Amino acid sequence: MTDAKKDYDFHKESHTERMVINMGPSHPATHGTVRFFLKLDGEKIVHCETEIGYLHRGFEKHCENGSWTQAFPYTDRLNYNSAIQNNVAYAMTVEKLMGVADKMPERGVYIRTIMCEFARMADHYTNLGAAALELGALTAFIYFVEARELVWDIIESVCGARLTSNYIRIGGHASDLPENFKAHVKKVFATNRELYEDFDKLLTKNRIFLDRMRDTGSISVEEAIQYGFTGPCLRACGVEYDVRRAQPYLLYDQLDFDVPVGSTGDNFDRYLVRMEEIRQSMRIIEQAIETLPEGPINIADPAVRQPSKEGVNTVMEMMIFHFKNEIEGIQVPRGEAYFPTEGSNGEVGFYLVSDGGGKPYKCRVRPPCFAMTQAMGRMVEGAFLADLIPTFDMINLIGGECDR
Amino acid sequence: MGVIDDSEQAEAVLSDSVIITQLDKVVAWGRQYSFFLYPFITACCGMEFMSVAGPRYDIDRFGAALPRFSPRQADLLMVVGTISHKQAPILVKVFNQMTEPKWVFAYGACTVSGGMYDNYATVQGIDTLIPVDIYVPGCPPRPEMVLDGLIKLQEQVVKERQTNRVKGIAPVGEADDRIVT
Amino acid sequence: MKSDSAPAGGARSGDATSGPPLAIVIEKYADTGVVIHTHRLHGDETVVVHAEDILDVMNFLRKDDRLNFDMMMDLTAVDYLDNQNLNPYLAEMNARFEVVYHLYSIGKNHRIRVKAPLAEDNLFINSITGIWGGADWFEREAFDMYGIVFRGHPNLKRILLYEKFEGHPLRKDYPKTKRQPLIGPRN
Repeated sequence: MTDAKKDYDFHKESHTERMVINMGPSHPATHGTVRFFLKLDGEKIVHCETEIGYLHRGFEKHCENGSWTQAFPYTDRLNYNSAIQNNVAYAMTVEKLMGVADKMPERGVYIRTIMCEFARMADHYTNLGAAALELGALTAFIYFVEARELVWDIIESVCGARLTSNYIRIGGHASDLPENFKAHVKKVFATNRELYEDFDKLLTKNRIFLDRMRDTGSISVEEAIQYGFTGPCLRACGVEYDVRRAQPYLLYDQLDFDVPVGSTGDNFDRYLVRMEEIRQSMRIIEQAIETLPEGPINIADPAVRQPSKEGVNTVMEMMIFHFKNEIEGIQVPRGEAYFPTEGSNGEVGFYLVSDGGGKPYKCRVRPPCFAMTQAMGRMVEGAFLADLIPTFDMINLIGGECDR
Repeated sequence: MGVIDDSEQAEAVLSDSVIITQLDKVVAWGRQYSFFLYPFITACCGMEFMSVAGPRYDIDRFGAALPRFSPRQADLLMVVGTISHKQAPILVKVFNQMTEPKWVFAYGACTVSGGMYDNYATVQGIDTLIPVDIYVPGCPPRPEMVLDGLIKLQEQVVKERQTNRVKGIAPVGEADDRIVT
Repeated sequence: MKSDSAPAGGARSGDATSGPPLAIVIEKYADTGVVIHTHRLHGDETVVVHAEDILDVMNFLRKDDRLNFDMMMDLTAVDYLDNQNLNPYLAEMNARFEVVYHLYSIGKNHRIRVKAPLAEDNLFINSITGIWGGADWFEREAFDMYGIVFRGHPNLKRILLYEKFEGHPLRKDYPKTKRQPLIGPRN
């Protein structure tokens, strides 16, 4: 009898089953629109299958059915946390296709750079705040929501809307910056820096936060490149790829800023990269507003960007162009173009095909978080169920961008 | 202490410690100031929802702070963001699982009427699926507008009797061929 | 974690040891008939190849030392129904669709666009998931939206829409507002 007892292997003899759980599309931590089918062995995830598409809103179909300018509200709602960056990426691709990219006046370029960096800050605040919330740090979430409100106040003073800005136009902008912009920015940055310090003190050296984020969701450099990672997630793995440095656009080759790069590719490095990027964005904006020139904000060609109301009402040529642009849409010459920009999640590139008319023939956006959501199954295999939450947060999946 | 003959005397004697009212009014008062939200968040409006729940436009002041992510424990289904046809069965299932009394708050233009997404993938207003109590348009609506909507919903709720308003399950089944656009 | 302000990965437009990627591709496939068309427009280089040779071309682009395209940035398709005059070779090949690949090399910092035309009655092309694992979902999306079948794909099913959806919405002949609800009225 004693021999039989010694040979009894508990793990082999006990009948356990793997549990299949559906972490459904309506879940507090799935940012609304992703479904995970998890096969669990106790608490360990054996297999994770991701299903997206719950927010597919037909972005490409709408762009094909409207004029070039009518695509702007749809581009806002792609990565809705940093809406202006998508606007700028689309406008710059169309300008590249039209061949007028270098005619943009100085002030216009400065405004685009400043607003892109504000959008990046807002996105990182939202992402880090939501990550903190889902790991239980509610106070940190509140701090960053307030910091984001202040940034949104600035965006609202510029273009009238907090979130979906619809501010950039092909060849320029909808309106100029308000009068006390510089003073407003300085005030907001003073408060933002305090809130940033508070957040940092609460979390960066916090034992619980470190235990949840360190060494979870890791991915190696080779696999990250295979999957098509870009942006903070790729930089956290140690690859120094930033479109602002590799293929500079707007003002990025004239301004002084650092690109933070991690080393281990786990969630904590992604967190640190994003935190540092917020500080670098503030640095870029402060440099840009110091040297902000006066002048026009739109390209002076009425075939590209409609002139001011006085011009339209007094000069015949301008009125004709205004009429044609509104009725037929801006005429973009035949061809195709791809323009990569550094969005807050990664490389946002628009691929546009034009048939020479006023409507896009094909308007494709390369979604950065699509590639990273693909890798979710790979990143959480073998990890505990609780590690799925910080991994998913740090990818910064935005439903509007992933599902379009 | 003698016998108390009428309610005036009763009020005079008990006024410091007893409130006399109707059951319906008390229940309605309790319900309006203690919504347990189920934020069914899908899209951009969710970012404004984070602001509404944030420190500046605090929804906690109205009693509706605590989100309950289980339909059994929630009474206000806030549908925040675009509902696509792939998501629609899930919305209906969540609504059906909620216990009475329940209210639905359509947050944002996409839930009110489909918003600017008139295409093959988007539900043109969630009231084609579930009964809605308050519509808050906007793309996304400003937090003040959401709070206004919540106050109007509270005014609606306060007028209800506790015995009516049984919503039941959503009156939709598989795609209905009889209804033509 | 280090902060670094040096320019990312290599020189700005290809280092001195490699020419622009298009020249290298043209030289490699010079008389083989694989390459249908090349062009350079607004600084973007494009090479159009036959769909049957896509695996060979992609392997070359990935592994050649002068090219080193280690990242597949984007994979999509375009429907040229009735608009084949936009690209001259489409009418000759009677091709309606074109699969478009965007590749990037982190080390050499150069890009290339590869296109492969497909005719409507032969919508098959080999899957490149063997070369870049990340092409998986991108190919599923092209299948979902256009109906292009990628041979050798591990799991080719719809990704953005649901199984019961019939048709491929991004084709030019699919009406924008044709809804196929799973539940509720046909609104």
